Amino acid sequence: MTLKPGLLDAQGRVLQEALNQLGFERVQDVRVGKYLEIDLQPDGDPHAQVEAMCRQLLANPVIEQYRYEVIEE
Amino acid sequence: MKAGVIVFPGSNCDRDAFHALRDVVGYEVDYLWHAENRPLDDYGLIIVPGGFSYGDYLRPGAIARFALIMDSVRTYAERGGLVLGICNGFQILCEAGLLPGALTRNEGLKFRCRHVYVRVENIQTPFTRRYRMGEVLKLPIAHGDGRYVCDALTLERLQRNRQIIFRYCRPDGVVDPDWNPNGSVDSIAGIANERFNVLGMMPHPERACEWLLGSEDGRRLLSVAG
Repeated sequence: MTLKPGLLDAQGRVLQEALNQLGFERVQDVRVGKYLEIDLQPDGDPHAQVEAMCRQLLANPVIEQYRYEVIEE
Repeated sequence: MKAGVIVFPGSNCDRDAFHALRDVVGYEVDYLWHAENRPLDDYGLIIVPGGFSYGDYLRPGAIARFALIMDSVRTYAERGGLVLGICNGFQILCEAGLLPGALTRNEGLKFRCRHVYVRVENIQTPFTRRYRMGEVLKLPIAHGDGRYVCDALTLERLQRNRQIIFRYCRPDGVVDPDWNPNGSVDSIAGIANERFNVLGMMPHPERACEWLLGSEDGRRLLSVAG
């Protein structure tokens, strides 16, 4: 999950400035997000379930966007 | 009149609110435990207090909005009951969809704990009717996630409906970005819903009810009865 594009990511801005100061001058933007690993028992459509989880709890659609990938082990 | 103060695990301004309502304003006050789903019709005011409910896990207010008591608060608000969310309470009301928009990390990343000045932008609400239009209040803030954000359409609607109730300002009442402590859009410090019975604000009126604490400006806001 990351803040939507266009919304100020205050942490990301500080990191971008720090990276620029370290000499990574080509860094133009940094977005800080959250990373989750969800262990899901196989039953039904995992995509639909993860979508529902994101909408109802994990992301705040007012300010955040999300993407996910489903890996079968 | 009877007021209720909700208590979540991690609330820490519930006692401040209880004290201000009972000992200063003079209401009968009950604590309302988060795990109860009960009718709130006996209450003239419900406070969703400040603090760090559920440790701010995931996002401030993200877990609290699923607490059983929030079903009761929603029903109560739909019937026109007065709900005041302060600080974490404001974050919870936004997460719960009782107020539009969201509160995110302060622009300067710092936790800001100090007095600020806010201008009263609308006195046609049950919470602000004892103030003068444009009156400047000195209230304390204590938050790390107080930057109010919303999409352009929502902001326009808030402005048009006069739902912006408080704006951060200079001591003389001029709204100035330099006096906005968290980078909130349009210097928003507090908003109400369209019916004006639900108010959310980052500053703490319950901590500004006695001169001993540096300001009495929050007292009239809690005096919603009569």
